[in-house]
Amino acid sequence: MKKSMIATLLASTAIAGSAFAGDLVINFDDTNPAPKEGFENAVAAFKAANPDVNVTVNFTDREAHKTAIRNFLSADAPDITAWYPGNRMAPFVDAGQFEDISDLWASDPNLSQNFEAIKPTMTRDGKQWGVPYSYYQWGVYYRADIFEQYGIGEPSTWDEMLSACDTLKQNGVTPFTIGTKYLWTAAGVFDYLNLRTNGYDVHNALTAGEIKYTDDRIKATFENWKTMLDRCSFVDNHATMSWQDAIAPFASGDAAMYVMGNFSVASYKDAGLTDDQIDYFPFPEITPGLARAEEAPADALFIPANAKNKEDARKFLSFIAQPEIQSAWNKTLGQLPPNSKAEVDSGDKFIMQGMQTVSTAAGLAQFYDRDAPAEMAKAGMEGFQEFMVKPERMDAILKRLDSIQEKVYK
Amino acid sequence: MKKYRQNQQCSAPWVFLAPALLFFTIYVIFPIFRSIWISFYEWDGIGQATWVGLANYVELLDDDRFYTSLKNNIIWLVCFMLAVPAGLLVALFLNQTIWGMRFYKSMFFFPFVISQVVVGLIFSWFYNPNFGIVGKVWEYFGAVPPSILGDERFVTYGIIFAGLWPQVAYCMILYLTGLNNISSDQIEAGRLDGAKGWRMLRYVVLPQLWPATFLAIVVTVIGALRSFDMIATMTRGGPWGSSNVLSFFMYETALSEYGFRMGYGSAIAVVLFMIMLVFIGYFLWVMYQDERRT
Repeated sequence: MKKSMIATLLASTAIAGSAFAGDLVINFDDTNPAPKEGFENAVAAFKAANPDVNVTVNFTDREAHKTAIRNFLSADAPDITAWYPGNRMAPFVDAGQFEDISDLWASDPNLSQNFEAIKPTMTRDGKQWGVPYSYYQWGVYYRADIFEQYGIGEPSTWDEMLSACDTLKQNGVTPFTIGTKYLWTAAGVFDYLNLRTNGYDVHNALTAGEIKYTDDRIKATFENWKTMLDRCSFVDNHATMSWQDAIAPFASGDAAMYVMGNFSVASYKDAGLTDDQIDYFPFPEITPGLARAEEAPADALFIPANAKNKEDARKFLSFIAQPEIQSAWNKTLGQLPPNSKAEVDSGDKFIMQGMQTVSTAAGLAQFYDRDAPAEMAKAGMEGFQEFMVKPERMDAILKRLDSIQEKVYK
Repeated sequence: MKKYRQNQQCSAPWVFLAPALLFFTIYVIFPIFRSIWISFYEWDGIGQATWVGLANYVELLDDDRFYTSLKNNIIWLVCFMLAVPAGLLVALFLNQTIWGMRFYKSMFFFPFVISQVVVGLIFSWFYNPNFGIVGKVWEYFGAVPPSILGDERFVTYGIIFAGLWPQVAYCMILYLTGLNNISSDQIEAGRLDGAKGWRMLRYVVLPQLWPATFLAIVVTVIGALRSFDMIATMTRGGPWGSSNVLSFFMYETALSEYGFRMGYGSAIAVVLFMIMLVFIGYFLWVMYQDERRT
């Protein structure tokens, strides 16, 4: 008993602690079957190409990783860690805990040529800090069978969507499902309304704290949201539901649309829906002629500043940036490869439509809670949730967000 | 020789106290002062900490979320006190000698044994207007079920009600042990003097239960102030922060995904500590008085 305890203790310290030259320690943050498999395959391919490097992978689940990273970056840094780009990487970049890998972006032709679209989100202070391995589209997932039953086509403009909602409501179907208990789902709806009402630059200016929430443009976004709440109502009690809970009315046919990210498709299928019953359309145009920007959050790998084996870590990052690796990885994941030369899974209609949507977009937003600083994001999303239940409080909410904005971006 | 024995008598208590004192210092005293110290800084937990003086406290005074949390803490304190009379009632009811009483007692005590997280989860299902028992009852009477956890007016009371379930069980067990120690001759004497029912309870039984009541009040006050698990599992402070309390607000600000404002979180913790200190000070004073009397 005692012996085995010592053995595990030794083993765990060996994993966490000592990394000699040739040892590469990676902390990955997803234990779900598909993401884990995709990552393990990429590691296996790297091992096959670099037999001299001894790769060790530590898996943690996403939520635990978000807390753990703050400890291990300074106390016991791996050579590579998973994290998010955009404003989410800002605290670590500013604290000097991520390695500047601009040299890799400049010297690796694959990285410098095939990642143009996503490079800005990996950049802070004019330097690049990580390599993205996957991203996914957001948009409206809908019940194709219900739409067909009531003769509704895919709406491409605001008016078309509102009248689709009217038809659905007349037939006793709630147009949208959502679960806002964990808040971020409401931010998805807000982001799209804002991107379609005001465009990409206003989204960035707002999340960067350059324009106020009481600005007329943001007010216009909220007015559109009010219209959406009136004519395209959402399911009741969404404030008590998680995004998974909100799938139940979608699967039962009580609700017909869901503003969501592509990762949710697997859950629809788990809930018993088939490929024929669900489909996707990009969020419809609101302001005519406005350049279309999309939400497309990316996942990336970073090198901690305290990593012991930065040389092999760079080798690994440039390896997983290759088109073939990114194709295979994202095929397993059911997501999009950031590398523009990579192939997408043509057997998956959501991926094909997503590729079509994001590759023609004028700009890619990360997401409200990744583009805005954490404290602002939290307050903002609480405001969105409150607005969705009590739209009459709009002015009070916006004023409150202004005062928080003032504190956060000082 | 004599001196050695004297010395031994003086030092022995300290030797036995040493481990407890050591750990108490490391895990309680030191963190308290450290938190107070951190509350004067602006610090994200990884970067450089900057001294901001009282700025965190000034910001706190201007923060709506703080007042919501404070208000909810007060509601918790007041409503949670119901656990004391309710526990007494159940204990009086269960203080009978009939066959199988031990089984009933343990069934009543059961909610205190299960984890608060589980209680929270079960109640959030109860409260679900779509498939929960609350929804079914309302529908039976033809009414539209309220969304208890989704409505800012009901949410705090809904969580407190869930919290009362195990807390009543706790108070009940305290009273049951108290009832065991009631002297039967005083009851007899009271009966001879014609006391029964409410008067018997009020003037004969309750005074003898004072130690149990005191303990029940202490654990209930502390339970109300550190209500965290229920809120974390049932609403996470929502909808839009309306069911937040200081302990969860502190956690959210300092340690959650959108937080990592260690200084601000510590300032909240210090305020919560001060509130607790008032009660703890009072309890210690009462205990000291009691001890002096005996």
